[in-house]
Amino acid sequence: MGMTYAQKLLAKACGRTQAAVGDVLEPPVSLAMSHENGALVINQFDEIFQGTGREAKAWDPERIALIFDHRVPAESAKTATNQKKIREFVAKQGIRKFHDVRGDVGGVCHQILPENGYVRPGYVVVGTDSHTTSHGALGAFSFGIGATEMASVWTLGRILNVEVPGTIKVVVDGQFPEGVYPKDLILYLIGQVTSEGANFKVFEFHGAAIRAMSTSGRLVLCNMSVEAGATSGLVPPDEETRRYLKEEAGVREPLDCFGPDPDAVYDQTITIDASRLEPQIACPHTVDNVKPISAVAGKKVQQIVIGSCTNGRLDDLEIAARILKGRRVDDGTRLLVFPASWRIYREAMKSGALADLAAAGAVICNPGCGPCLGVHQGALGDKEVALATTNRNFKGRMGNPNAEVYLCSPAVAAASAITGAITDPRTLTVPQGAR
Amino acid sequence: MAKGKVVLALGDDISTDIIYPGRFMATVLPKETPQFAFVDNAEFNRRLKAKEIPAGSVIAAGKNFGCGSSREQAVSCLKGYDLAVVAKGIARIFLQSAINLGLNIVICPEVEAAAGDELEIAGGQVRNLTSGKSFAITPLPKARQAIIDAGGLIPYTRGLLLARR
Repeated sequence: MGMTYAQKLLAKACGRTQAAVGDVLEPPVSLAMSHENGALVINQFDEIFQGTGREAKAWDPERIALIFDHRVPAESAKTATNQKKIREFVAKQGIRKFHDVRGDVGGVCHQILPENGYVRPGYVVVGTDSHTTSHGALGAFSFGIGATEMASVWTLGRILNVEVPGTIKVVVDGQFPEGVYPKDLILYLIGQVTSEGANFKVFEFHGAAIRAMSTSGRLVLCNMSVEAGATSGLVPPDEETRRYLKEEAGVREPLDCFGPDPDAVYDQTITIDASRLEPQIACPHTVDNVKPISAVAGKKVQQIVIGSCTNGRLDDLEIAARILKGRRVDDGTRLLVFPASWRIYREAMKSGALADLAAAGAVICNPGCGPCLGVHQGALGDKEVALATTNRNFKGRMGNPNAEVYLCSPAVAAASAITGAITDPRTLTVPQGAR
Repeated sequence: MAKGKVVLALGDDISTDIIYPGRFMATVLPKETPQFAFVDNAEFNRRLKAKEIPAGSVIAAGKNFGCGSSREQAVSCLKGYDLAVVAKGIARIFLQSAINLGLNIVICPEVEAAAGDELEIAGGQVRNLTSGKSFAITPLPKARQAIIDAGGLIPYTRGLLLARR
């Protein structure tokens, strides 16, 4: 019987010819990523070795990545001490895929992995971060796990209890209209599937609109697949995957690219015509509470955030800069910009996007997770409303349970920054040069 | 088997941001996380810390409990008080982490339970002793029992490690 991309990938990883949905496998791990919660992984890892008389040595330091992004630079003594503990572990284990608080190689884990070529098609990737689903954009079976699970991976080099998932095939045809982006597509899909509709399943993305989409856009789709409960979002690798890995990530080695079988069996097929989409907004306090922008346009917002592992890439910043250039952030709101990595930060500096954003009144912050999960900068005040290009709008998410978060594309965020209210970028009437 | 009173009755989509808000994520060790369990529910958090809630008490929830972030603090903070979770559905990462840390979780799609109800978990059923109704439990995903029997993923992995030459 034909296999889906996930079935085929997992079978291959385990050296089998078949993998049926529901089979429980223990695939070897190609890459194991953690961020600051690596401090907890180290604690659990040491506990596994306690009393065994064996040295606590990770199975393969070349397959472990540690990236500081959640609180950079450290906001508290506690975080700084956790980061110090991780640095010591990195040195002791000889881990080279380590990205410290640095302006050359630093950034958010889900950008650092792709841009450094750490992820390849066919890989099994695990990360102690739920948005590890992102890396399916490069054809990896990639998913989030807890810290104790990661300690087990560091010990054994394989991940236990992986059920071969059923697959929801998502076929996206047509061309995106002006002002509509991959973020609008994934919000629309989550609204249709609901927040738990894909629990224990994966999305496999197909169709002309996906083939024409950049890796940056595909990362948005796979990043947010977890918001429908999906274990992973997957884009079977194609010419764009090869181009990105070669040209942007500097990968020289040959790639193992394959697709699903033509007679693969899917749990469900969802067909979307991209040309009929309009900008989408996820309203408080669940990501599946998605409405077309017309339903919420005019809602006043006090903070706007552009950035994160979802929408902090160069194309996102440039879309926002084009809209904001020569205009002015409304006095009733504040605009925070968090590029997804320092490479992107420098590229956006070179292209002029950062200068245009700052001249309009944006605060350019350092790459990191920032306000997305309310641990560092950009907390909200009581009863404030935020509009963000990030991935979650749960109660309390941006540091305050008495505030609201709406989610949108970078274009909607930029247009709304000018008016101070949720605004459809296609209807923005404030002329450029009005500042 | 297990019997406990529902001390908190919740709806659908209770995220890890509600169970353990991101702003306390710098605290990672299982012995330190319980202080922040449901911290934005000030009264419930106070009762937990004051030890007014006995071990084995139940959090009843709707669909998709524990959705969102993979932060394991959301599991360890509940395990610290030995609470049980009876939910209509549990998100994947939370479910696996709960098995790994030995948090008592029960998936019971039709469960009806209000705060104050007494529940009995036995024989593949949740019995609401207050209402007299019974509800079928969905078995945990297969192949997890070995981890539960070993007392969690740490001893389980240690066993696999020691079995290696």
